[in-house]
Amino acid sequence: MSMTDIRVNPTTRMDAAQMIESEPEERYTQQIIRRFRKNRLAVAGLVVIILLILTGLFAPWLTPHNPNELTAVFSASPSTTHLLGTDQVGRDVLSRLIYATRISLIVGFITVSIYVTIGTILGLISAYYGGWMDMIVMRLADIFMSFPYLMVILVVVSILGSSLTTIILVLALFSWPTVARLVRGSVLSLKELDYVKAGVALGLSPARIMFSHILPNALGPIIVNATFGVAAAILSEAGLSFLGMGIQPPTPSWGNMLSDAQSLTVLTNQLWLWVPAGSILLVTVLAINFMGDGLRDALDPKQ
Amino acid sequence: MLPYIVRRLLIAIPVLIGITILNFCIVNLAPGNPVDMFIDPNTPQQLVEAKKEMLGLNDPLIIQYFKWLWQLLQGGFGYSFSSFAPVTHIIGERIGPTLMLTSISLTLGLLIAIPIGILSAVKQNTRFDYIITGLSFIWTSMPQFFLGLGLIYLFALHFKILPTGGMLTIGGDDNFADRIKHLILPVSVLTIAIIGKKIRYVRASMLDVLKQDYLRTARAKGLHAFIVTNKHALRNALIPIITVFGMEIPLLLGGSIIIEQIFQWPGIGQLTMQSILSRDYPTLMGLNFIAAIIVLATNLFMDILYFVADPRVKYN
Amino acid sequence: MIEAKESPSQTPLIQIEGLKTYYPIKKGIFSRTVGHVKAVDDISLNIYEGETLGLIGESGCGKSTIGRSIVRLENPSNGKIFFQNEDITQYSNQQLKPIRKNIQIIFQDPYSSLNPRKKINDILSEPLIVHKLVKPHEVQQNVDQLLDAVGLPRSYKNRYPHEFSGGQRQRIGIARAISLKPKFIVCDEPVSALDVSIQAQILNLLKDLQQELNLTYLFIAHGVGAVKYISTRVAVMYLGKIVELADKADLFNHPKHPYTQILLNSSPLPDPKLRNKERLIIQGEVPSSANPPMGCRFHTRCPYVQDKCKNEEPLLTGFLHTVACHYPLG
Repeated sequence: MSMTDIRVNPTTRMDAAQMIESEPEERYTQQIIRRFRKNRLAVAGLVVIILLILTGLFAPWLTPHNPNELTAVFSASPSTTHLLGTDQVGRDVLSRLIYATRISLIVGFITVSIYVTIGTILGLISAYYGGWMDMIVMRLADIFMSFPYLMVILVVVSILGSSLTTIILVLALFSWPTVARLVRGSVLSLKELDYVKAGVALGLSPARIMFSHILPNALGPIIVNATFGVAAAILSEAGLSFLGMGIQPPTPSWGNMLSDAQSLTVLTNQLWLWVPAGSILLVTVLAINFMGDGLRDALDPKQ
Repeated sequence: MLPYIVRRLLIAIPVLIGITILNFCIVNLAPGNPVDMFIDPNTPQQLVEAKKEMLGLNDPLIIQYFKWLWQLLQGGFGYSFSSFAPVTHIIGERIGPTLMLTSISLTLGLLIAIPIGILSAVKQNTRFDYIITGLSFIWTSMPQFFLGLGLIYLFALHFKILPTGGMLTIGGDDNFADRIKHLILPVSVLTIAIIGKKIRYVRASMLDVLKQDYLRTARAKGLHAFIVTNKHALRNALIPIITVFGMEIPLLLGGSIIIEQIFQWPGIGQLTMQSILSRDYPTLMGLNFIAAIIVLATNLFMDILYFVADPRVKYN
Repeated sequence: MIEAKESPSQTPLIQIEGLKTYYPIKKGIFSRTVGHVKAVDDISLNIYEGETLGLIGESGCGKSTIGRSIVRLENPSNGKIFFQNEDITQYSNQQLKPIRKNIQIIFQDPYSSLNPRKKINDILSEPLIVHKLVKPHEVQQNVDQLLDAVGLPRSYKNRYPHEFSGGQRQRIGIARAISLKPKFIVCDEPVSALDVSIQAQILNLLKDLQQELNLTYLFIAHGVGAVKYISTRVAVMYLGKIVELADKADLFNHPKHPYTQILLNSSPLPDPKLRNKERLIIQGEVPSSANPPMGCRFHTRCPYVQDKCKNEEPLLTGFLHTVACHYPLG
């Protein structure tokens, strides 16, 4: 019954290692890309987002008119010179729509990168160290999350004055707790895994363990959350601008363009002033949400 | 169970204190102070100083905070800068319409989203499922103000069958039918936003439950699909679903600002906009605080409900 | 009976003194501590240079906690741990860093012990770089040597863990553990999760490495076979306590504690003829380690229980073959 019976000669150590000389399996990222490409709506969403980014980048070359140029005709209906007509002070609607892409994308992407960074770091630290650190971060998150999102943002932006920077910072300030909670949740389970324990035993620094060993394994849900966050931030900016507390004219934003439709004349008789702006906003948000959904399925095949 | 509830309430205390501090900070971020902003620039400096002294604006911020907190504990938010009425009174007048709007939308949202979501899960990968999933994406991505404007355009201006806004027809008879007519459009916008999100959630959690082994056993035992779905799966899928609906409340309160603005609904959303435009800080502070309290209380309630409903939580 | 090659008179590499690891049980509104799970309850143990100390016991008896306490993945509630006569129990992370080079661990589950997002090369080179053990240009050469040492082709270093079998992963885990040239390795059930055919290979690898690198092992297992094969001395644990500790041959041939006897009997016998012999079968459930029985902890399940066992706790006695039993066997 002794194990000596099946003792292997040390020289055969290598042969015994059950070498599998098959092709290396696909890399993790390749798997994700393959799964993502199977979701046609998600791919369509990605294409739309890329087109929007290009539109924003090349706005000056794509616009038929200067977005702030006042032409002679006010509220002109669509024509060959003004494909989507002009607004109440005679600016070309199409050119303004194109330039507004920039605002939406800037707000969406910058806001999300700020709060995802903050939320990730706080969530990581909170879960990794636990104890009073965890208690403080989570209660802070509770406090920030208690204020109804759009309402508190509206109040803060109205008090601080609505510039692009303020809007981005305030949106980020009230958005980090969701990410912090999400990251904390995954880190709490990841830090119990043996490869993290091995890192501790090897004497790696807490920072290295947190950012190089734990974080890469928690990225999936963060990326998905960030994607949906971009859509949410774009919608929030549009909402603020619609209420007159966001991006201020003459800078064009889809939200402040829709704001004109609060007058019954515009709403009833000048559809070109609000339907295109609303539609492009809807399409943008839809595209991002489709992409987020595709990413979620691709990153976590279990769901 | 009682210790859990008490513990949960105790955790809420520091959060509540935090809310008062953050709320106070937000309003005191304002550059300048209300007196400088409202008073006629020609008023003699002495008078301005006297006014500031009277309002306590010369005290250090921390003293101002405790004064405000003391006032709060006595049940008051001070007086409005614009109408000079007590803030509690102003908010009290406006909170009813908002609660009516949000509670009707939430109830309708639940009643619609749960059966559709379940059906969508049971009929996974059928045409019905695809259409519902597609629609739910469009509904969640739809900007509320765009949908609101579209509905007004269609039903109030084009077909002229519903009013453009308000809570009742001004000068008309205050009857039930009239009130319902005014409710239809704003409730539709809020409900669509809710069901868009929740159908997907209900569907996902139902699919989760349907995959569990005990349901396979139930089916293998030859139980009818209807019984399996309703008796075995539903009860387990419903617990998280209900609490997730509770999480909609902060979003609804925030969203009500846009809805109330578009439909001229005389609730706290509209009051918020008016107070912002008139820089009525005491009212804004009161509004923010009450909204935060509502959210905090709902979260507490949902946590406790979850705890009571799900026997597994107790062992943690 | 006592083999001469064991010389317990030499100074131990690892010395454990009165180690206690308790986990609080919290209850009520203020999370009051209402009791403790006594995972490890007052254990003293010496591990000598060059030996392999086997540690066996049922799941939940606290054997892994001892291993993890030595590596300081757990913080002991009480007691002291010495490494080369240096008390490291209260050391901070910073103070531990040079010690950690010398004390490593091999985990049970080869799947969760390797970071799925890192290539084998990164897994093996990171410790070398962090501890500045070799010059940057020598890192690759060292990784190659590590792979050679555990019997894996050098070409594997550019692959990810999911491309390997359980046995291969365990080899990588071993390579990582020896990368810092430690003196002592805790082997925390390193073969329990592997196929039987692979188990022998890994055990042989561990034995070979021990000779080549002059390693000392604490070999934890719940099965008797592997421990019998690899250990020089064996300790038996029951409910947070060591009940018997002796030289391997001594313990296996002449177990003194009833629990040891039952444990040895419970392992499957390869010879079918022997199976009909009457076997002692352990009865009842393992008592809770939050509330261990009075007196001898094993008395609730012991076939030879007497009145004294129920009231008086036996101490670990004996010189080279120690046992904690009022009525030790033959």
